[in-house]
Amino acid sequence: MTVTPGWYMALAAVLFVIGVSGLLLRRNALVMFMSVELMLNAVNLTFVAAGRELNAIEGQISVLFVMVVAAAEVVVGLAIIVAVFRRRKTASVDELAGLKG
Amino acid sequence: MVELGLFIIFAAAALFGAVTMVWARNPVYSAIGLMLTMFSIAVFYVSNGAHFIAAIQVIIYAGAVMTLFLFVIMLIGVDNPEDRVENLPLHRPAALALMVLFGAGVIVAGRSAWVTGRTVSGLGTIDGSIERVGGELFNNWLLPFEATALLLIVAAAGAIALAFFRDDEETGA
Repeated sequence: MTVTPGWYMALAAVLFVIGVSGLLLRRNALVMFMSVELMLNAVNLTFVAAGRELNAIEGQISVLFVMVVAAAEVVVGLAIIVAVFRRRKTASVDELAGLKG
Repeated sequence: MVELGLFIIFAAAALFGAVTMVWARNPVYSAIGLMLTMFSIAVFYVSNGAHFIAAIQVIIYAGAVMTLFLFVIMLIGVDNPEDRVENLPLHRPAALALMVLFGAGVIVAGRSAWVTGRTVSGLGTIDGSIERVGGELFNNWLLPFEATALLLIVAAAGAIALAFFRDDEETGA
């Protein structure tokens, strides 16, 4: 029994859905952010597996760019979370209801 | 055969880490779970021949990004675990329905055949060494690579700008 790239893609899909569930069900902004990172990692795994199946190096190039964008996103996102925490003393997105009508 | 064993062990580790990240009430445990998942994905990169990407995954993601997450968790405090009471009545059923819908979409997409214009090599290994990735990057993807430099500078400047907000400068709140 050999491991085909489809196995990796199935695992990546499961990881992505777990990330979606974390984003939808949790209310701690940090954990939601970590869920986004998990989703990005799952997509990266899909890129690498597809690149192997199609014998193309571009899959790994795409992973490199996704990692750069994710790093930039982490920097800005965590800065926003810290800035919000300094004003509101909370990291829970449910308590940020300042625009509630 | 080695790849099968590695896949089973580290797929279980990756799923365990991901579920721990979503389930744990303490954000520190969430970060540790995500770190486990990222290490497992690095092992999968090695199995697929992407050695350079695996090194980058360990250094940047499991190293730098998760350290940054742990810094922020320690900075804003870990002593207030969230309660599991949901205020919106339709939130959780809608979320579960969305997840089921997405899973069904993935299954449908996985059963389809996609025309990509490339011949499927199947189980052949692909050379993911630094030479190969760097040659491709600097020959065919140079402009996007330079654009990432701009993106990183803008992100760093934005983080510094956010850090300069002070409470006494705010008018409202």
